[in-house]
Amino acid sequence: MASRAPFYILVSLLFFAGLALTLHRHIAFDIPWFPGEQRQTWSIEAKVDFEARGEPVTARLAIPNTQPGFTQLNQQTASPGYGLAFVDRKGGTYAEWSIREATGNQSLYYKVDMLLDPFAIPVEQEPVENIKPNVEQEPYAAAAKMILDRAVERSSSNYTLARELIHEFNNQQQTAELLAQLKPKTLWIAQLLQEAGVPARRIHALYLEDGRRRQSLIEYIQVFDDEDYEVFNPETGVQGQAENMLLWQYHSGPVLEVVGATNAQVTFSMISQEQPFNIALNQKFADNEWLNFSLYTLPLEEQAIFKGILLIPVGVLIVVLMRILVGIKTSGTFMPVLIAMAFIQTSLLTGLIGFLLIVGVGLMIRSYLSYLNLLLVARISAVIIMVIGMIAIFSIVAYKFGLTEGMKITFFPMIILAWTIERMSILWEEEGAKQVMIQGGGSLLVAILAYMAMNLDWVRHLTFNFMGIQLILMALTLVAGSYTGYRLLELKRFKPLTKLDKQ
Amino acid sequence: MSEPVEKKLNWFQTIRERYAHPSALSKIGVLGMNRRNVSYISRYNPRRLFPLVDDKLQTKELALEAGVKVPDLIGVISEQHAVKDLTDILQRCSSGFCIKPAHGSGGKGILVITRQSEEGYRKSNGQFANIGDLERHVTNILAGLFSLGGRADVAIIEDLIHFDDCFSGYSYEGVPDTRVIVFRGFPVMAMMRLSTAASNGKANLHQGAVGVGLDIGDGHALRAVQFDKPILLHPDTGLNMMSLKVPHWEEVLNLAVSCYEMSGLGYLGTDIVLDRFKGPMLLELNARPGLTIQIANGKGLLPRLRQIEGLSHKKRMSIEDRVAYAREHFTDHR
Repeated sequence: MASRAPFYILVSLLFFAGLALTLHRHIAFDIPWFPGEQRQTWSIEAKVDFEARGEPVTARLAIPNTQPGFTQLNQQTASPGYGLAFVDRKGGTYAEWSIREATGNQSLYYKVDMLLDPFAIPVEQEPVENIKPNVEQEPYAAAAKMILDRAVERSSSNYTLARELIHEFNNQQQTAELLAQLKPKTLWIAQLLQEAGVPARRIHALYLEDGRRRQSLIEYIQVFDDEDYEVFNPETGVQGQAENMLLWQYHSGPVLEVVGATNAQVTFSMISQEQPFNIALNQKFADNEWLNFSLYTLPLEEQAIFKGILLIPVGVLIVVLMRILVGIKTSGTFMPVLIAMAFIQTSLLTGLIGFLLIVGVGLMIRSYLSYLNLLLVARISAVIIMVIGMIAIFSIVAYKFGLTEGMKITFFPMIILAWTIERMSILWEEEGAKQVMIQGGGSLLVAILAYMAMNLDWVRHLTFNFMGIQLILMALTLVAGSYTGYRLLELKRFKPLTKLDKQ
Repeated sequence: MSEPVEKKLNWFQTIRERYAHPSALSKIGVLGMNRRNVSYISRYNPRRLFPLVDDKLQTKELALEAGVKVPDLIGVISEQHAVKDLTDILQRCSSGFCIKPAHGSGGKGILVITRQSEEGYRKSNGQFANIGDLERHVTNILAGLFSLGGRADVAIIEDLIHFDDCFSGYSYEGVPDTRVIVFRGFPVMAMMRLSTAASNGKANLHQGAVGVGLDIGDGHALRAVQFDKPILLHPDTGLNMMSLKVPHWEEVLNLAVSCYEMSGLGYLGTDIVLDRFKGPMLLELNARPGLTIQIANGKGLLPRLRQIEGLSHKKRMSIEDRVAYAREHFTDHR
């Protein structure tokens, strides 16, 4: 049996490839093993208020994008009467409202849903553009140089320099106060870091706490070291980004710009929500061009189709196991799978009643057809037309009696039903009703088992989310195909032989 | 507390009584369906040879070429428009005949007419059919009603077998036939199939025909089963099945073994009938012979199959040598 080795290699390759793919999807894309797992999303609403003076107004609000830790899902605005556009400028994205004439207090709303997502694929961040060294007037220039020199002395890298600079501002209170007269501390820190050749900028972040209202942005310092960056608290010098800290604006521009109005301000309110992971994933992948071998990139309608298609291998495997391991006879090899697919659409009880009704009545009419002495093709065609007629009549009758469930009978594959009726009828004529019961019952039993397997939420979840499962199913089918042991029903069939042995 | 435990044990007991343990079956060497398909049929029967045995017309031509005796061919109807010629064809044969599909499986679609008379055509169960019934049957055959996958088929009309009187009383209506499993040219197991009232005159075991295991050594009955259960007397005629002994046994085995040469199939089921005038004749060949023969014999096939597989110089053995080898090794009486 040397020729079996390539077979087992192939099977184990398939199996392990499938397993690896599955694990990879679980680990890299955070797709859970079980359906119904929740993902936390934050709904954040920014409210822009200003007083209009009856002039044309343009309001420009910086808005966040997908970033490490958060994936942007959908965004909405509410601003009656205003024109709205999302524009990309200076490396950041803005919501831009405009109106020809407005007077009095105006409120504009922008709402964004962010998915808490350790596996977010961030939109690439704009690097810090090299700000020309500002020539400050004295005595500010000297004071700033003093602080910077001291920090440079006590630091070794970009990050340590940023930390020491913040400490110096805290230590040298008087110098800091002097500098603060010209411009805010955060701007000074960013500027001094730049002067020392460290890419850095002032950014605005938002602390996410469930149910908070009228929150405002907090300033942070973002310091780069090649590709990486770190975020520093300008008050304490603490390095790092807390899990609930969302970077709202991270480019060297203003958060809010309003032209043609006064007293502009922006405040934030936020709530945390739990969403089923698949809704979250759907939104995450909905407008993602990124090459990702996932069905979530397909339109919803195609996704629904694939949900059904990817279940078929499970049903097929059930048929293979029932035939090879148990030895159940079915009429038509994969007819049970198709019937099970129909059961999924109709629900089990309705489907079962409908199936028995159609096949039963079909057999009766078919027994008349056999008297007509028709050619096979014509007879099958007649049976198909008859099945369609029955489905129509049953639907109408069910509807008249107010049984909308009965309408679902149309989900049955008609050609398959016609062949089933034809085969059963011939079986009846040749081998009697008992064989019809055995094979029909066997088919129905397998169909019900396949239905139960395919209808499990967990199975649907796994087959849809993990393509690797298909390879595993393939490997199992191949292994089943080379099984040479006894079937379960053979153990019963050959039982008399063992008794004989003992006598 | 003890009651449910007992119930559970009872349930377990029932399972043990009804089902054999796999190791018990493999100990007696019972061949299972999966192993038959994987290790024997697909290994020893090349796919390209299947049409030779699946098409009874081809089998017949092959047998005539090889000098193997088969029932006489009266006529073939292969087109729908030729069905009206049926009456003419039937004139050619004196009394009984048999209409069968060339691609039929499991004895489906075989219509046996024992006598033609004024009243019509007498079927094996004593009912009479008219020419219209026969034409409809032929039409059904042509349309592929009885063939695998519903393919279009041809109808074969052949001479009725005048079965040997030595079997009268053992078979109810129908023709008793002998199934010999030939593995790589050696007859390994044999069984006779006798129709009963329950099987409606058909020799299909799962329809209630009696299977009688035959000793390869001399062709005497070893054991009889109906519906997989051992019986001693024929359910209709009451004859003791153990007194059955197939005559011309050597000839039967020689005929079966020559089918290996003729078809090239390594694992072959041969169905042989004994004609009163012409002796053993080949009825049909089967490339996927069933497993019930093991129950009829009360033995597993595997030990014999393995013994043949273990032989080293089988190529050089003649038909007679192989029959002699099998008769010596696969018998109860040494």
